[in-house]
Amino acid sequence: MMSDFTSGFWSIYIIAFTVLGFAFCVFLLLAMNRKISKEEQQETTKHVWDGDLAEYNNPLPGWWRIMFWGLLAFSAIYLIYYPGLGSFEGVGKWSSVGQFEEEMAQLEAQTKPLYDRYSVMSVQQVAQDSVAMGMAERLFLNNCAQCHGSDARGAIGFPNLRSGAWNWGGTPEAIQESIAGGRTGVMTPFAEVLGDAGADQVTAFVRALSGLDHDAGAAAAGRPLFEENCVSCHGENGAGSQAVGAPDLTDDIWVYSSSDRAIRESIVYGRNMEMTGGTQAMPAHKDLLSPGKIHLLTAYVWGLTN
Amino acid sequence: MATKSAVEFFNYKVVRQFSVMTVIWGIVGLLVGMLISAQLMWPALNFDIPWLTYGRLRPLHTNAIIFAFGGCALFATSYYIVQRTCQTRLFAPALAAFTFWGWNLVIVLAALSLPLGFSTGKEYAELEWPIDLLIAVVWVSYAIVFFGTLAIRRTKHIYVANWFYGAFIIAVAILHIFNSFEMPATLTKSYSAYAGVQDAMVQWWYGHNAVGFFLTAAFLGMMYYFVPKQAGRPIYSYRLSVVHFWALIFTYMWAGPHHLHYSALPDWAQTLGMLFSLILLAPSWGGMINGIMTLSGAWYKLRTDPILKFMVVALSFYGMSTFEGPMLSVKTINALSHFTDWTIGHVHSGALGWVGFITIGSMYYLLPRLYGQTKMWSMSLVNTHFWIATIGIVLYVASLWIAGVMQGLMWRAVNDDGTLTYTFVESVKYSFPFYAIRIVGGGMYFVGMLLMFYNMIKTIGAGKPAEAQVPVAASAHA
Repeated sequence: MMSDFTSGFWSIYIIAFTVLGFAFCVFLLLAMNRKISKEEQQETTKHVWDGDLAEYNNPLPGWWRIMFWGLLAFSAIYLIYYPGLGSFEGVGKWSSVGQFEEEMAQLEAQTKPLYDRYSVMSVQQVAQDSVAMGMAERLFLNNCAQCHGSDARGAIGFPNLRSGAWNWGGTPEAIQESIAGGRTGVMTPFAEVLGDAGADQVTAFVRALSGLDHDAGAAAAGRPLFEENCVSCHGENGAGSQAVGAPDLTDDIWVYSSSDRAIRESIVYGRNMEMTGGTQAMPAHKDLLSPGKIHLLTAYVWGLTN
Repeated sequence: MATKSAVEFFNYKVVRQFSVMTVIWGIVGLLVGMLISAQLMWPALNFDIPWLTYGRLRPLHTNAIIFAFGGCALFATSYYIVQRTCQTRLFAPALAAFTFWGWNLVIVLAALSLPLGFSTGKEYAELEWPIDLLIAVVWVSYAIVFFGTLAIRRTKHIYVANWFYGAFIIAVAILHIFNSFEMPATLTKSYSAYAGVQDAMVQWWYGHNAVGFFLTAAFLGMMYYFVPKQAGRPIYSYRLSVVHFWALIFTYMWAGPHHLHYSALPDWAQTLGMLFSLILLAPSWGGMINGIMTLSGAWYKLRTDPILKFMVVALSFYGMSTFEGPMLSVKTINALSHFTDWTIGHVHSGALGWVGFITIGSMYYLLPRLYGQTKMWSMSLVNTHFWIATIGIVLYVASLWIAGVMQGLMWRAVNDDGTLTYTFVESVKYSFPFYAIRIVGGGMYFVGMLLMFYNMIKTIGAGKPAEAQVPVAASAHA
């Protein structure tokens, strides 16, 4: 494990302060534990402030002193067993990462047989199995629903998995790859290329592709601009390309909604660019979920529309 | 020390100003808290106005309660106590007046800039760099006034309340300055000088000591003056105050890492944070014992004196919170409690119970004396305030305890197949009934504060600003 300290000095520094801290508390307890006579206890310290503020000098309550000593003793023993004194890792060799990995490995070993049963089955078969789909739904709700929604119908910026439109392909293999490896679809910004008027015209043309209300004149002017700038990804007829994750613009299914404003925003600023405030990419899950779980999720997502 | 022949009067003006603003900012802070707690149940209450969204108002709520309500209360009481126990006028009265206007300017700037979305993103240190600079200037002025007054005192010994206020002023200066190291980018945006886990560590070193020194040590100073005054009894034990003072201020400095359990913070730092938090139980309870035992021999007064009731309940909540805190800092318990509403319940048992009640009790003692009265306009209204607020705290804290433990248990529930039993949103859904009870509890506390405001206005109206003479004869042991 990599050391937390850039030099041995800092470890000694931490140890010294810790030990001195304990010593300071012990000193306070001992120094203030002098026996005092009964008579002295009945009287105040004879200092008076603001007319009537005075102090008795009662001894430290016994139960409180014992509690203080107990806490110090417990902590000292704890520091021998657990990491705490600088780079000394403790005789128990415990670490939070170690505990996490151990517990996860234990859980994985316990549950692996359950998932192994389905690993040998095809995605189509698994999708028919109600027990498997129950497990997959729970996985979906805790790993996918945050973006795609509990009902898998997505949200603005996050695809609807029940729409039947697949930016990256809807075959079991393509879905599995989307989950395991993640996907980052990028729309580049066209503000400089198109200008304000051009952006309006292309917006109108894109709406026309889906048969939505549009200004016919603007759409006609947008066609050559579309053919010049957009077809390399979205295809000659705007039907998109699953190879680069370019959406089909003819099907009236929209990741970022179909309003003039949303479409224009996509064209002018692009999507998933650094300047648009980070990405809404689909993250890779292969390091987060076991292959068996990804297999179940693939079947679940595939089964939503099949 | 030479005594002047001219009659001197304590500087009560600045105390009065801060006292009145304590009550007013308390109402403002609670009102914002009410709104955001209602937003948790009914999110539409942000009315789709960015300035009213939860993320912007939550820091406004915490800043208003801690630094506006709590801060004004501490300025008021420390200026009152340090003059009276040092038997001298405030040092540098012009600077003291500046701290009032400066501190309230900070609060107004916070109330504007936080809803507008200007934030450093560091909890309890959200204010941007120009305001940070103003805070530093005001705070150094405060230190000059306070320690200057101690330096010109006419008493030989420094009263225990002043130790706590002094430690608080020094510690908060250090915490604020080091946590606020940042590189300005524009007038309203800066970047922390620390990166990654170091930033988190410095932030929680600051954050927990804001609790430790601002909300604990300083309010213990308040307790050490107003409890013996109101009870008419000497402090229980001088030596206990020595042990718990030094142990408290030393130990608190280590406690920050318990906010970062099971994070990227190295294990050794987490362990030290946990252990010193655990040890902290003893010095914390030392203060509670000294407060409560001071009342022995005066218990009968509790039946008739609502101010004393506020103080005893404050000490009880102090004892409970400082037991709960060390427990929550134990890693095993923290694994359940962290990120749940248990933490919110814990904080509010400290804030509403301890900080709020000791302040309210002290203000009920202080306000009539600042306006030439012997008691508040209506003591039965004080009593009503006590009961409404006490029941309100119990509802608030108990509902969030239950909600928090429930959330923690739901989050960790696992099915046989290794999947989580509940989704996060289900834990939110099941929290709604408890959020409703919390709103009722918080609302009762808020109503109590409105009663206090009314009582304060009536008390001020019935009196006139008091002039209290500084006693010239030095005390026997001067």
